[in-house]
Amino acid sequence: MPAIVPTTTAKTDAPAASSGSSQRRSRTAYLLLLPGLGWLGVFFVIPIATLFFTSLQAPVEGRSGVYQAAFQISNYAQALGDYWPQFVRSFIYAGLATVLALVIAYPLAYFIAFKAGRWRALMLVLVVAPFFASFLLRTYAWRTILADEGAITTALNALHLLPEDRILNTSIAVVLGLTYNFLPFMILPLYASLEKIDPRLIEASGDLYARPFTGFRKVVFPLSLPGVVAGTLLTFIPAAGDFINARLLGAPGDSMVGTAIQVNFLQFRDYPIASALSFILMAFILVVVFTYIRRAGTEDLV
Amino acid sequence: MTKRPLSPEAAAIVRMSRAALSRRRLLQAAGIGGVAAAAAACGAGGGGDDPTSAAPSPTGPADQSDTEKVVLWSNWVEYLDIDEETGAYPTLERFEEQSGISVSYNEDINDNNEFYAKVRAQLEQGQSIDRDIVVLTDWMAGLWIGNGFAQKLDKSLIPNSANLIPRLQEVSFDKPRDYTLPWQGGFAGLGYNVPGIQDALGVDSLTSLDQLFDPALRGRITVLSEMRDTMGCIMAWQGNDPSNFTDDQFQQAIAALAEQIDNGQIRQVAGNDYLAALETGDVIAVIGWSGDVLGLGEDFGFSLPESGGTLWTDNMLIPSTATHKKNAEELMNYYYDPVVAAEVAAYINYLCPVTGAKEAMEAIDPELASSQWIFPTDAELNAAFVFMDLTLEQDENYQREFQRAVGL
Repeated sequence: MPAIVPTTTAKTDAPAASSGSSQRRSRTAYLLLLPGLGWLGVFFVIPIATLFFTSLQAPVEGRSGVYQAAFQISNYAQALGDYWPQFVRSFIYAGLATVLALVIAYPLAYFIAFKAGRWRALMLVLVVAPFFASFLLRTYAWRTILADEGAITTALNALHLLPEDRILNTSIAVVLGLTYNFLPFMILPLYASLEKIDPRLIEASGDLYARPFTGFRKVVFPLSLPGVVAGTLLTFIPAAGDFINARLLGAPGDSMVGTAIQVNFLQFRDYPIASALSFILMAFILVVVFTYIRRAGTEDLV
Repeated sequence: MTKRPLSPEAAAIVRMSRAALSRRRLLQAAGIGGVAAAAAACGAGGGGDDPTSAAPSPTGPADQSDTEKVVLWSNWVEYLDIDEETGAYPTLERFEEQSGISVSYNEDINDNNEFYAKVRAQLEQGQSIDRDIVVLTDWMAGLWIGNGFAQKLDKSLIPNSANLIPRLQEVSFDKPRDYTLPWQGGFAGLGYNVPGIQDALGVDSLTSLDQLFDPALRGRITVLSEMRDTMGCIMAWQGNDPSNFTDDQFQQAIAALAEQIDNGQIRQVAGNDYLAALETGDVIAVIGWSGDVLGLGEDFGFSLPESGGTLWTDNMLIPSTATHKKNAEELMNYYYDPVVAAEVAAYINYLCPVTGAKEAMEAIDPELASSQWIFPTDAELNAAFVFMDLTLEQDENYQREFQRAVGL
C-alpha cells in the first residue's frame, strides 16, 4: 500500500496538463485497489510481520510463556531439527491427497462440464454443498464412516485388505480425510477450465482420425492444464498445513506440521518456535509452488 | 444479568446442546479454536509490552466491592447447577438475593492453556481481564500464582473455607491455600466398555493398567493427552509416587508409554474425543476422567487402578487485576456452605470439596450421597495421587518429553 499511495498522489499533484481520460481511468483503478490493499495491510501484512518478529523472540529467564524481542535465528534451526519428520509427513500426506483428489475430481469435473446437461447446475451445487456444514463436523463424520464396526472397515477386513485391521486412527484415514475435505477445491477449477473448452475442438480431433483417448491426451488435457495446476495448488497448500485430520483421524505417529504448530502455541506456550514453524512451512510451500508452476509451464495461469 | 428467561424454543436448544456436549468434549472443539485465540493473544502481546518488567504485585488494584455490588465469574462449561426449564442457576440466584450482589456468570473457560493464552497479555500489563473469579485446574492455578497473577484470599471473609475437605487443604501448588479454593475435583483412572472387556478379557471391571496393556486390547485403547493424568497413572502403575518422583522415574514412565504407542497398543492420545470413541465401541478401554465416563450410562464403568489414579481439582482464584475482591470472597464463602455445595454437587457429578455436603445431600438424593466419586472416603481419596508440583522448567521439559513420546 505505501508503495502505491505516493504514485497516486504524484499523479494527482501533477499539473492538470494532460488530464486525459486514460489518466483518470488509472486513478480510478488505484482507488478501487484501496479496500483490498487496506484489508491486506491490516489482516495480512501486520499479522505476518508480528509473526515474523515473534519467531525471533527469546524466552525470558524463569518465566513460562513470556518472551522478549531478540534476533534468535536459532529458533528456525531448532524448529526444523525438532519437527522435520512432521514436515516430511505433511508433504507426503498432502501430496497423496492431492493425487487422489485429482484422480477423483477429473472424471467428475469432465462429466459435469460435458455430459451433465441440465443437471449441471445441480451437480455443481452438490459439489459445494459440503461447505454448508462445518469442517470439523465433516471430519468427525468420517470417524463414524471409518469406525471399526462400520460397513467399510468390516468389508475390507473380510477381504483381508487392511494391514492394521482398521482404518480409523491410521495414516490411511488421514489421507482420506484430507482428500475428502479439499476435494471441492480440486473440482471447481478443473470444471472451470474444462467448461471453457470448445467441444468443436474435440470433434475436430475426431475428424483428424484421433481416437477418443488420443484426442483427450492431445487436446482436452493440455487445455485443462490451468485447472489442473490451480486445483492441485488449492488442494495441496491447505492440506499441507492442516492439523484437524491428523488429530481426529490419525494415530499418535501421524502428526503433521499443523499439529506441531498447535501444540507449540497452546501446550508449550512456545510462541517463537510455533511462529518459526509457520514461516518454514510457508517457505517450503512457496518453493514447491514456484517449482511446480515453472515445471507445469502455465504462465497464463497467473 | 445471568438469568435472562429463555423462550421455550431457545431453552430446548440449550438443553439439547447441553446434553450433547459435555464439558470435556467441548474442550476438543475449543482446543481447535484455541489456536486462533493463542495467535491473537500472541500478536497482541508482541507490540508494546515489556515482558521483562516485574510481575504485577499480588495485592491487586483498589477494591471497589463496596461501591459496585457486582462480581464477574468465569467458569468451565456446564459446571454449575442449572434449572433446565428456565435456564436459571438456582443457587446463584439465591446468592444474589441474599447478598445484593449481582453476579455476571459466564461459562467461557474451555481449556486451561487456551484461556491463559487469551488473558495472558492483559495480566502481564496489569490490565483488567474483566473477571473477579476464574476457575483453573491445579497446575494452571500454580502457574498464575507463580507469575503473580493471583490475589491472596482474605480467609476472615470466607469463614466457610474451613469446610474444605482435609485431603485438599494441603496442595503443593498453593501450599497453605492462600490463593485458591477448589470448586470441584475429579479422578483420572480407567474407563471401559463393560461388554467390550467381558469379550476381550473375560472380566467385569478393570483394576489395573496391566489389563489396559493386555495384547487382547491392542489398538482398542486411548490415553489422555493431559500429560499429568496419563503420566500419573503410569508412574503409579510402575510403583512410583506421582506426587513425588524423580527425573529417572518420569523417564521410566515415558519409556513405558512410548512402548505401548510403538507396539500399537494405544490407538490414539485423545483430548476429549475419547468419550465419543468409547461410546461408538471403537475404543474399549481408556485412561479417562471420572465424571465423564460415569455419565455415559449402564454399559460403561470407571474405576481407579489398584496402583492409584490421579486426583485433580479446578480451583477458584481471584486474578491480580480483579476489582471486586470482597464480593468474590463473599461468593466463595456462599458456595462453601455445605447445603449449597450439595445442591451444586447434585447437578454436576464431580467431586465435592466441602465437608458436610454429604450429609446435606442425604436430603436431596441419598443415592448420590453414597457415590464414591462425589463424596469419596479418605481412603479412596488417598488412593489417588495429586500430581507433583513442577517448576516452570520441569513443566516445559516434561510436556515436551510427553509430546515427543506421543508422536511430536
